[in-house]
Amino acid sequence: MTWDLVVIGGGNAALCAAITAAEAGCRVIVLEGAPKPYRGGNSRHTRNFRCMHRGPLSVLTDEYGEDEYYEDLLKVTKGQTDEALARLAIRGSEESLPWMEAHGVRFQPSLSGTLSLSRTNAFFLGGGKALVNAYYACAEDLGITVVYEAQVSHVAMDNGLFEGVDVAVAGGPIERIAGRACVIASGGFQSDVDWLARAWGPAARNFLIRGTPYNRGVVLKDMLDQGAESVGDPTQCHAVAIDGRAPKFDGGIVTRLDCVPFSVVVNRDGKRFYDEGEDVWPKRYAIWGRLVAAQPDQVAYSVIDSRSLDLFMPSVFPPVVADTVEELGAKLGIDGSALAATVTEFNAACREGAFRPQELDGLSTEDLDPPKTNWARPITDPPFYGYSLRPGVTFTYLGLKVDRNAQVAGPEGNYPNIWAAGETMAGSILGQGYLAGFGMTIGTVFGRIAGREAAAYVA
Amino acid sequence: MSLDTIPEARRQIEICNACRYCEGYCAVFPAITRQKAFADGDITQLANLCHNCRGCYYACQYTEPHEFALNLPRALAEVRTESWEDFAVPAPLARVFQRHGVALAGLLVLAVAVMVLLARGGGRTFYDVIPHGVLVAIFLPAFLAPLAVIGVSLRRYWRKVGGGPVRLAHVVSAARSAGRMRNLDGGQGQGCNFEKEERFSNARRAMHQAVMWGFLLCFASTLSGTVLHYLGWPAPYGPFSVPKLFGVPGGLLLTLGAVGLAALKPKGDRGLGDPAVWGGEMAFVLLLALTGGSGLLLYAVTGTGLVAPVFALHLGAVMTLFLLMPYSKMVHGFFRFAALVRDAQGR
Repeated sequence: MTWDLVVIGGGNAALCAAITAAEAGCRVIVLEGAPKPYRGGNSRHTRNFRCMHRGPLSVLTDEYGEDEYYEDLLKVTKGQTDEALARLAIRGSEESLPWMEAHGVRFQPSLSGTLSLSRTNAFFLGGGKALVNAYYACAEDLGITVVYEAQVSHVAMDNGLFEGVDVAVAGGPIERIAGRACVIASGGFQSDVDWLARAWGPAARNFLIRGTPYNRGVVLKDMLDQGAESVGDPTQCHAVAIDGRAPKFDGGIVTRLDCVPFSVVVNRDGKRFYDEGEDVWPKRYAIWGRLVAAQPDQVAYSVIDSRSLDLFMPSVFPPVVADTVEELGAKLGIDGSALAATVTEFNAACREGAFRPQELDGLSTEDLDPPKTNWARPITDPPFYGYSLRPGVTFTYLGLKVDRNAQVAGPEGNYPNIWAAGETMAGSILGQGYLAGFGMTIGTVFGRIAGREAAAYVA
Repeated sequence: MSLDTIPEARRQIEICNACRYCEGYCAVFPAITRQKAFADGDITQLANLCHNCRGCYYACQYTEPHEFALNLPRALAEVRTESWEDFAVPAPLARVFQRHGVALAGLLVLAVAVMVLLARGGGRTFYDVIPHGVLVAIFLPAFLAPLAVIGVSLRRYWRKVGGGPVRLAHVVSAARSAGRMRNLDGGQGQGCNFEKEERFSNARRAMHQAVMWGFLLCFASTLSGTVLHYLGWPAPYGPFSVPKLFGVPGGLLLTLGAVGLAALKPKGDRGLGDPAVWGGEMAFVLLLALTGGSGLLLYAVTGTGLVAPVFALHLGAVMTLFLLMPYSKMVHGFFRFAALVRDAQGR
C-alpha cells in the first residue's frame, strides 16, 4: 500500500502537518520514534507559543506586532536568521493560535512567575504534553494512522523523488513504507551524545540533555548524506545551566535553577569565573550553559546564604545545606577552604547599598575580578546552601534547508515531494540563541505549511 | 499519619512546584505555588482539595516510565484515604468500611432484616407498616450520632491543616465551588479525564452533581414531610405536595446519578486513585442508587401489598447510609467542603 503522506516524527510540527494534510483529504501515516508514553518529542516539555497579535487574542494581552517580534528575534540571534522565513513564521503565528484552539489545544493565562511573558506567549493549559495529547486525539478522529516506536533509518528516493522510508517498528525487521510525499519533522541530533561529542568536543559527554532521548538525528544525517542542503552551525547546540543532579535525559522544566543572580558561582577549583549579576536570569541562563561547559569537568557550584533562599522558584532537588561555607564546599565535593576563601574575598568586595532582587539594582562589587555587577550582597547568614550546575542541551542548530513552502533543498534544487518542519529545519530561522516559545511557533507554522503543500502535491 | 503516603505525596508535590504547568486545572496547583515547604498538614489539605479529575496526570511529562514517576492523583488519593481513617472516631470502623464493599453489603442486609422484623404487614401506607413515632425514635439518633462523630473528625482535620476562623466569604466561596463542581471542570469547563483517558468529559461531573443535588432534594423532602407531620398533616402526600415535589425529582436524580457513577467507575484507570478503596467506593455508589431507587419504588407501590417489603428495603438502605456516613465515601463531602473553605482562607 502507498500512503499519500508519510510523516517522520511525532511532535508538534509532525502532527500539525499530518492534521492539515488529513483535513485536505490525504491518507496519512505518522511514524513516531518514541513509545506512546514518550510521544511528542521535545514538544512534551514545552509550555508556550510565542504569538504575534494586533490586539488582545485568546489569553494574550495588549498587542505584539510583527516588527517588535522580529526585533526580539534579532536580539537573540545576533542577526543569524533568514528574514523572509522568520517573518513568515511570525506572521503565521497569529492565525495559527485560533487554528490550535480549533484542534483541541487549550491556553491559560501566564503561569505564576512568568508574568513578563503574558503579552508575548500563550501558555498551554497543562503544558506541552497536553497539547500533544490534543493533537493525537484529533489525528485519531481524522483517521490518521500513528505508529509508535517506529525508527526510520532511511529516506528512499529515486533521482530525488521520494518513494518511501525504511523503518523498524518496535525493534522488528526493517521494512519499506511507501508514500507519495514525505514530511520530515524528526528534530535535531542532541540525544546522540557521540555525535554531540564529535561536533562540540569531548566535554559534551558531560552535558545533560533536557529533552527527549529520541532525537538522535538519524533521518537528518541520512538526508545530509544523500546531499540535502544544510543550515545552522553543525558544531553548536543551545545549552542552559541546569541543576547538575538532573537525569541525563528528559529532565525538562523542573531541572532549571534560578538562583545564580543571587549567588556566587565557582568552578571545581572553588574559583569564580563570571559576573553572576550581569543581567536578570531569563536573559542570562543561556550563556551560563556555555560558561559552565567551558569549566573543568563541565560543572559549577552556586552558593547562597539563608537570606536568598526564597528569592527564586523552588527547584526540584533540595539544595545542599551546611552551617559554614567551608563545610558546604566539602559537602558539594570541592575544596572547602578554597570556596571559603573565594566567598571571603567576595564579601570583602561588597559595598553598602539597597539590595533589590526584582530589578537591576546596581549593587556591584568593588575591585573584584570578575566583578558581580548587580545583587552583590555578602554571603554571611547561615545556613549556607549550594547547588551544582551543568550544561543542559535543549536543541541543536544543524538542520535541513527549506524554502517558504517548507520544501527541502537537495543537491539539484528542491526535492519535489519532501518537506520539513520543526526543529529539523529551525536552524534557518534560529541560527543562534533562543527566544522563549519560538520553537513551537516555527513547528506550528511550518508544520501547517508542510501539510498544506504535501496535500496539494498529492491531490 | 502514615509513614509512607505523606512523604511520597510531598516528593511529588515538590516536583509539581518546580514545574507549574498544571496551574489552570484546579485549586490544588495554585495552592501548591503559594508555598515552598510542605508540612504534613499542608499535604493533608492538598489531598482533600484534590477532586481526582486526573487532568494533571494525563498532562504530566513525568509519569512512569519517567524516573520521577509522578502520579499525583493516586498519591493524593492515598493520603486522603488515610486521613479519613485517622480522623474517624473510631478509626477501625473507617478502615473496614472504606476498604471493604462486602462489609457495607453485610451491614445493609442486617439493617434490612431489622426493618423487616419491625414491620407490621398489611398496611397501605408506610406509617401503617412502621408507626411514625418508632421511625423517629430509630432514625433521629441514627442520623444525628454519625453527624456528631463527623463533627469531631472535622475538628481534628481543621487543627491538622491549620485552619483559621471561618468567615461567611470562605463558606460562600466553597459552596460556589462545590455547587458547580468547579474542580472537576478541567479549569475551562471541558471536564475531567476520568473515563476517556487523555480526552476530557463532563460525564462524571454531571453524574456527581445529579447525586449531590438529588441527595439534597431527598433530604429536603424528608425534612418537609417531618414539618408537615408535626403541623398535623401526616403522610401520604399527593403528587403536588412539597415532599413529593422535592422527593420525586430528587430520587430520580440520585438514582440516575448513582447508576451513572457506577457505570463510569470501571472505565477509569484504577491506578489513578487509591486501589485499596475501589470496592468500598463502588459499594457506596450502589448503596446510593439503592436508596434512591427503593424510595421511588416505595412511591410507586403505595396502596398495594408491596409497601411493607419495599419500605423495609428502603429504610434498611437509608439506615446503612446514615450509620456509615463517617466511615464510608460519604464522608468525602464533608472533608472536601472543609478543604474548599480552608483553601478560600489561603487565597
